Amino acid sequence: MTTTQQEWKFTAKDIASKPDLFLSGHRACAGCGPAVVLRLIMKATRGPTIVTEATGCMEVVSSIYPYTSWGIPWLHTAFENAAANASGIDAALKAMRKKGKVKQEQIDIIAIAGDGGTYDIGLQALSGAVERGHDFLFVLYDNEGYMNTGIQRSGGTPIGAATTTTPAGKVIPGKLEKKKPITEIMLAHDMQYVATATPYYWKDMLTKVRKGLEVEGPAFLHIFAPCPRGWRSEPAKTMEYSKLAVESCVFPVWEAVNGKRQLSTPSKLIALAPQKKKPVKDYLVGQGRFRHLFTPQNQHILDEIQRMTDERWQRLLQNYESA
Amino acid sequence: MAKPVKQDTMALNGDEAVAYAAKQCEVDVVAAYPITPQTIIVEKFSEYVANGEVHTEFICTESEHSAITACLAASVTGARTFTASASAGLALMHEMLFVTSGSRAPVVMAVANRALSSPLNIHGDQSDSMAERDSGWIHIYVENAQEAYDAIIQAFKIAEDVGVSLPIMVGLDGFTLSHSLENVDVLPEDIVKQFVGERQLPMVLTHEGKTMPFKLDPENPMTMGPIAFQNYYFEFKRQQEEGMSNALKLIPEVNSSYAKVSGRSYGNGLIDAYKLDDAEIAVVCVGSTSGTLKVIIDELRQEGVKAGLLRLRTFRPLPVEELRNALKNAKAIAVMDKSMSFGGFGGAVFHEVRHSLYDLQTHPPIVNYIYGLGGRDSSPRELRKVFEELTNIAKTGHVESPVHYLGLRE
Repeated sequence: MTTTQQEWKFTAKDIASKPDLFLSGHRACAGCGPAVVLRLIMKATRGPTIVTEATGCMEVVSSIYPYTSWGIPWLHTAFENAAANASGIDAALKAMRKKGKVKQEQIDIIAIAGDGGTYDIGLQALSGAVERGHDFLFVLYDNEGYMNTGIQRSGGTPIGAATTTTPAGKVIPGKLEKKKPITEIMLAHDMQYVATATPYYWKDMLTKVRKGLEVEGPAFLHIFAPCPRGWRSEPAKTMEYSKLAVESCVFPVWEAVNGKRQLSTPSKLIALAPQKKKPVKDYLVGQGRFRHLFTPQNQHILDEIQRMTDERWQRLLQNYESA
Repeated sequence: MAKPVKQDTMALNGDEAVAYAAKQCEVDVVAAYPITPQTIIVEKFSEYVANGEVHTEFICTESEHSAITACLAASVTGARTFTASASAGLALMHEMLFVTSGSRAPVVMAVANRALSSPLNIHGDQSDSMAERDSGWIHIYVENAQEAYDAIIQAFKIAEDVGVSLPIMVGLDGFTLSHSLENVDVLPEDIVKQFVGERQLPMVLTHEGKTMPFKLDPENPMTMGPIAFQNYYFEFKRQQEEGMSNALKLIPEVNSSYAKVSGRSYGNGLIDAYKLDDAEIAVVCVGSTSGTLKVIIDELRQEGVKAGLLRLRTFRPLPVEELRNALKNAKAIAVMDKSMSFGGFGGAVFHEVRHSLYDLQTHPPIVNYIYGLGGRDSSPRELRKVFEELTNIAKTGHVESPVHYLGLRE
């Protein structure tokens, strides 16, 4: 990995003055977390960049023909294959560069997919592209469900959440299964760079985008992106939830360079001062998708979510301490 | 006609002939996944890569879905791309075949035609590519390994023509062609390169209002693969049909220009007729069985039977006029289908040929033979029965049963 440490000091002024590459006029909902994520991460690009997206919310809101929100070359082909698109672009650029048909020495490739296009239908193509070592950054914007098709459960939906395919019914209280540990799966691919981020901690997020781009080979960035429609939460509280998820350790932020995991500052501060760790229910309480859990008969589910969160956090701390 | 160039003769099976042609066409990106009976193509191409004989980026993908996706993405980045598949592999590509043609990506694919499960069968029939009839790809079927070589070279010229800009699949019968060794005359590499030329890109209007080559290029940003609703989708599809119409005109031109270089042509590139001009009974066939049929026709001609063959070489775009003109004087026609269209009253080729003849004032009687499924051998003796029935139909004008199964236990 080459370092341009200086450029990572993304300041609010820098970001405001850099022209948008994900432009206004897209059709995302009010308070859309992924739209904020996309606009911000495109500020961290370092030069010529090609974006490819899986089918999903961000793809449909940004490319309604004859309009586009993309100020850079952009390709969508299908749902399950964002990483395969990146493979093809990477190979084409390499082949054509050899023939002198591509002038730029460096063109970054960013593949973007939601949780459906990453955890579920897109996992095979992602695993294959990473194994083959293509040079691209895969950005997962995780809004924890198939929101584009109307809020169905995905492998990224957390336990207890009500979705339209895991409704909170009289017998079944929302999703029964745990969220798939996608970053652990990606780490197991021996990747040079795997990280998690949320848009509330935007500097941290942008720095990670830049680091991911600077890796020669595949890099994976898991971004937590609240969805007010799907979560039944207030649009104005998107940033608050992306902060609470970190503070409650539901979504710790960290990065792993060459497999060595380090907590990033927001989570590190909680590790150093455990009293700052917030109860999970503080994060869950305002979200309509968890409303049914706040009843006496479902108290045990809340307790279980807290227990699982603590356990995962402890495991992460052990990894962190051993690193 | 100018004198064709001097050529080497190589002993190649169909798959090797395809790989050799792709090598000579200087493909930028090959993305593929192994499947019988196509595998020899990717194995052979891998050797070229490993020995530094090509400068191609070769991606061994984790599935056919990703193989065709990578080809599509590479193609819209401006690269010349090639892949190969068969059977289940082609079926796994199904979704992306439509996206590839809809994206106007001129990917060239060899399909070593093979049966589809279930039951599992690795042998040759045309169920796989016939199931992709409406995927927006140009379909060309070859008769032998020589034609497989020639057709791949021609395919790049046709697919990448800016007026066409559509993907092409070249079908060669699994095992019968893919694995059978033949003498294949190959052109010198520089002649092939000259014939195919550099990849041309259509000029399109970008959202910044500039007219630029259609590719992913940071200097001229384009949004590719957008979502188009009720207000625009239909026009996109109509434009694809325009590409097909242009291909219908271009394929005969490429057939002629290739003949000037190589000395080889295949009918007019769309249909390839054999002793059809004065034929009273005619058989329509797709692929390698045409070779066997020609032998039978020669025998029948010696016996005084006026038999002829129409080999349908280009299945998409369908050469309706050529079919109609070539078959209008026949007194009885049999259409051979190496795939099923379950519940469809005959096979896909039968449907197409029969519908092509609808505008004739008088319709020749026409029957369908489903044959060779799962690689079942169709012997000359078996195939002669087709002509015998046609002779009867020509005499009586009466068709007892329109759809038959050849060489089947019933």
